[in-house]
Amino acid sequence: MSALPFTRRAGVLPGYGLSLGITLFTVCLMVLLPLTALIVKASGVDWSDFSTSITGPRARAAFALSVGASLAAALVNGVFGTLVAWVLVRYRFFGRRVLDALVDLPFALPTAVAGIALATVYGQDGWLGSLLEPHGISVAYTRLGVTVALVFVGLPFVVRTVEPVLHELDPKVEEAAATLGASRVATFFRVIFPTFAPALLTGVSLAFARGLGEYGSIIFISGNMPLRTEIVPLLIVTKLEQYDYAGATAVAVVMLAVSFALLLLVNLFQARVRRARGLR
Amino acid sequence: MSATGSDAIREPALVRYSAIAVAIAFLGLSVVVPLASVLVQAFGQGAGRFLAALREPETWAAIRLTLLTAAISVPLNTAFGVAAAWLIARYDFRGKGVLTTLIDLPFSISPVIAGLIFVLLFGRQGLFGPLLEAHDVQIIFAVPGIVLATTFVTLPFVAREVLPLMQSQGSNEEEAALTLGASGWQVFFRVTLPKIRFGLVTGVILCNARAMGEFGAVSVVSGHVRGLTNTMPLQVEILYNEYNLVGAFSVASLLTLLAMVTLVAKKLLERSKAVRR
Repeated sequence: MSALPFTRRAGVLPGYGLSLGITLFTVCLMVLLPLTALIVKASGVDWSDFSTSITGPRARAAFALSVGASLAAALVNGVFGTLVAWVLVRYRFFGRRVLDALVDLPFALPTAVAGIALATVYGQDGWLGSLLEPHGISVAYTRLGVTVALVFVGLPFVVRTVEPVLHELDPKVEEAAATLGASRVATFFRVIFPTFAPALLTGVSLAFARGLGEYGSIIFISGNMPLRTEIVPLLIVTKLEQYDYAGATAVAVVMLAVSFALLLLVNLFQARVRRARGLR
Repeated sequence: MSATGSDAIREPALVRYSAIAVAIAFLGLSVVVPLASVLVQAFGQGAGRFLAALREPETWAAIRLTLLTAAISVPLNTAFGVAAAWLIARYDFRGKGVLTTLIDLPFSISPVIAGLIFVLLFGRQGLFGPLLEAHDVQIIFAVPGIVLATTFVTLPFVAREVLPLMQSQGSNEEEAALTLGASGWQVFFRVTLPKIRFGLVTGVILCNARAMGEFGAVSVVSGHVRGLTNTMPLQVEILYNEYNLVGAFSVASLLTLLAMVTLVAKKLLERSKAVRR
């Protein structure tokens, strides 16, 4: 068997050449080539331009907001997403199926639609905005609004990652804990929680990574004020609109690096958990 | 109420009901309220204004462009997805892990960056910019750019649905058909395609929903030329920014309907898949 890449090792099924050809052609043309363009462009940017683009006050504020709001939203989803997953897996009640379907809605709803809907609902005259404003809580055009939009976007990631693990939990383990005298609360925190904690962390990280790159559902509710409510993806768009391709590329490369590092960490962590469980 | 297990591993009724109540309240506030507001804003002033808003020439052009974009990128990604899933599920070769990562990559890239990479490739200052300009071909700020960006962001959908299905099903039936003298294409159309049909359809409808709803990537490459390079989500943005709320929410409600139909279809397919097993 050859050690060359893309050389087939074994098998009788036909279609290797054809499927390899289609897949490689598409991946090279649609994924590799555009990413190469990004890297070529980034490497052509003068280093001092590069660093001013990403360390200027506007960029720093945007990165702080994107990371902070994504983190806050991911944590909110970590708590409520776990609760929703738990309720969906453990309890049978009227409307459970509707609730289950609603969880996927943020996946399916176009981001621009979510964006104008949230901006309207939380606007001064909106259904929720008009209730909150008298108490001094403004959501629209604030950082809180960015977080609210990211909670909407990230919810399915946590629920759909935690749910399957809760499903596979063996009730016998919980029964054993109960037999040994553990209270229900103790069982939850010392038996159930450790089992799904890795999934929870994965879900929260996925929601966080998605939040960093999110654009459509945020730009309507955020008001897009530089230094205050401008997120990183919007900064890229603004730079592009000003034909500052070098600046846009610099910011994009940093953002890509952050999200790839994050996904890599998640994958490494998952592999480690799998290995630890396998050894036991 | 609760279906699971003995009393020892059940929470007290009060805890159960409160948990359900909090879950419903959370999803109600964060998902149902925005969803309802789209429909109320669109139809609140009567179906007549809703229909009139959709008949605006620019809106109508946006709807046509969205349909055209989906009609090109969804079939392309379907063919690609099936080929890629077959390749990864059925053969062992070096570079498989890297290939799988590259196929999934568009999912982990910000939509804005997905648009940016095509601007850097085909835009005026891009790698192929001078070449395209010399031949008077426009990709960025034109329909081809929109199709490219849409195809990029929806690339993994079909492969992701079909691949796990192919991996779990194995290839015994295909091998049996080959032994009995079937040709490669006969095996594909008579054995493989029926085996993967539920996953394939799920992948296609999810791909379609994203293709029609993509905003960030398309926004970067479109240039927002009215009546020419605006898709439905971009038209939503323009109308909203012009304070034409009825218009914006009318287009938005069509996209909401698409999302709801997609979700219902996905649930039904999941159920028939479960029944079939």
